[in-house]
Amino acid sequence: MDWTVLDSWIVVTGMLSAMSCALLGNYLVLRRMSMMGDAISHAVLPGLAIAFLISGSRDSLTMMVGAVLIGVMTAFLVEAIQKLSGLDRGASMGVIFTTLFALGLILIRQAADHVDLDPGCVLYGAIELTPLDVYEWGGLEIPRAAVTNAAMLLVNLAFVLAFYKELKITSFDPALATTIGINASGMHYVLMTLVAATTIAAFESVGSILVIAMLIVPGAAAHLLTDRLARMLALSLVIAGLSAVFGHIGAITVPGWFGLRDTSTAGMMAVAAGAIFVCVFFFAPHHGVTGRAFNRILLSMRITRDDILAFLYRFQELAPEGSPPVSASDVENAVKAGSAARLVMWDLVRRKYVDRSAEGLSLTEEGRGLARSLVRSHRLWETYLCNKMGFCAEDVHYSAHRLEHVTDKALQDQLVEEAGYPFQDPHRKTIP
Amino acid sequence: MFGAFFQPSAASAAMAGPADIPLWVEDLTVAYHRKPVLWDVDLSLPEGKLIAVVGPNGAGKSTLIKSILNLIPRASGAVSIYGRPYAIQRHLVGYVPQRESVDWDFPVSALDVVAMGLYRKIGWFRPVSRRHRQAALRELEKVGMAPYARRQISQLSGGQQQRVFLARALAQDARLYFMDEPFAGVDAATEKAIVALLKELQSEGKTCVVVHHDLQTVPTYFDHVVLINMRVVAAGPTQDVFTEENLRKTYGGKLTLLSQALHEYAQAPRPSPGKKGGGE
Repeated sequence: MDWTVLDSWIVVTGMLSAMSCALLGNYLVLRRMSMMGDAISHAVLPGLAIAFLISGSRDSLTMMVGAVLIGVMTAFLVEAIQKLSGLDRGASMGVIFTTLFALGLILIRQAADHVDLDPGCVLYGAIELTPLDVYEWGGLEIPRAAVTNAAMLLVNLAFVLAFYKELKITSFDPALATTIGINASGMHYVLMTLVAATTIAAFESVGSILVIAMLIVPGAAAHLLTDRLARMLALSLVIAGLSAVFGHIGAITVPGWFGLRDTSTAGMMAVAAGAIFVCVFFFAPHHGVTGRAFNRILLSMRITRDDILAFLYRFQELAPEGSPPVSASDVENAVKAGSAARLVMWDLVRRKYVDRSAEGLSLTEEGRGLARSLVRSHRLWETYLCNKMGFCAEDVHYSAHRLEHVTDKALQDQLVEEAGYPFQDPHRKTIP
Repeated sequence: MFGAFFQPSAASAAMAGPADIPLWVEDLTVAYHRKPVLWDVDLSLPEGKLIAVVGPNGAGKSTLIKSILNLIPRASGAVSIYGRPYAIQRHLVGYVPQRESVDWDFPVSALDVVAMGLYRKIGWFRPVSRRHRQAALRELEKVGMAPYARRQISQLSGGQQQRVFLARALAQDARLYFMDEPFAGVDAATEKAIVALLKELQSEGKTCVVVHHDLQTVPTYFDHVVLINMRVVAAGPTQDVFTEENLRKTYGGKLTLLSQALHEYAQAPRPSPGKKGGGE
């Protein structure tokens, strides 16, 4: 891999555009209007074309103004059509943005016949070419695209920091926001304006199709990782930055493995963002698929642990004084948890709840306390269910067995009171 | 006919209610797609009362509140809060929207949500400071939710979520509260907590306008009732207005549980006998 200063600039430009998109994208994700980003990024096309046809220049400021105007108009039309026709937002967006996008394509085609505006470049971006178009600044050559995107990122950061509260409340509860004098629909249009502007700024680097990936994927992944807004914003920036880095490295190395030439960095950035999302989806601690499976396993281990402790307690309660401890295989059979039981027993010994000797297992003083509480919960529940609710059939044991795992001290006390301070459960066993 | 509280015409000349009347509404009409939801609503609600807004589904109860709060446009009519338009009296008003109206997966904690009630006081461009968070925590304490302050809101039960909403309204520190179905789908403990809270607000001289569904509890929880079905059918003190005839007018043929509710109400001891019959 030959890394040149050009590559560094490509990565920096990619990072800046991805981060400025991702920052606003968080709010699109949270407002459940992700596709609005898509609609705007497509619909700005005629704005670009018209601005270009009128001014005859590719000067970014003119293009920006034209595109932002059309972008805000898109947001406005989507709301208007949704309200007036009763269509849902998706349909309303589908009508508006496809029409505008098609119009834009036609205009660009017309313009392209006699001027230099490449539809392919608009759609897919040309981040590889951005370092060739530079600003001279204090002896430094900085790509124009990097400057534009850095400015956009600063504007977005300033917006999000200055209106953090207002963005939060208008996204979460627009009705309350409006009643306290924060204009929710005004906020919506300011956000849409910035989304349009950000889209245009990112256009050159990632193209209009891939802009949507940068708007939505980092925010969506960050939302899976945390349940605090500020952390979500920060994480989305990190994820966006990483996608740019991995995207460019991937673009110049991965095709090489297959004997191919470099591929599009913008495309690879979107793929990298997607890959990060997939990782998060599977491995996020709370919301990830694996995390949830892991929590389920932990829960079933805890239940097995409770069962083993309670079993040992009941065994010692019944066994005459001085009888040998119960063997590990008996415990395993009793709790019916298979090999998991062995793992849990090992853990119980390690935590010193259970003593393991050559003959078998017995509770330590600490383990005994824990086990007593479990058995107490179980018998209290049986008493309560039988005396107070009339569940005295055989299956009262199973209900109590399920409830004992979720009963804490406070609930125990309440049960004692409700069940009328019992000494024995319905099977005439002493409540410890 | 419906008592002293139903006389908006007296104050209508200036198109603004008297300054001591928390909520004054005249000629309010609201329509969705040209179909009226509220028609010519006149109301004048007394201060320091717990007021139930009662009516069948689709009667315009939520619409009434939302149009008062300028959340949906009015086709016609005037609203004044303590004698002046809502837009300048916002600081006097607290609002508890329906629980389903927000996305509970939103990445905020219970405390964050309560702090939102302070946003107006905090003002633009200023962050939520530690002092504000402490204030929010105190409101959470009042509804028994302090131990859950740091929980993400989707990890709360429905009743707990409702209590968070109420704590947020308390943080708004208003004189007039609008609550849209706070009792909907909550557990018994939360219902008790909400009632206690309403009584406390009342004892502080605050006025609560509550959209309520459960007719059986109206007489015990509320001392003033607005019966609504597109128009105001009746409004006034509960013992005067909450009569079988008025309810029949409000609910039309859809009265099933109603007779039972009224029967129970008739058996229950009344705080003071009504001076005027509601609908006779």
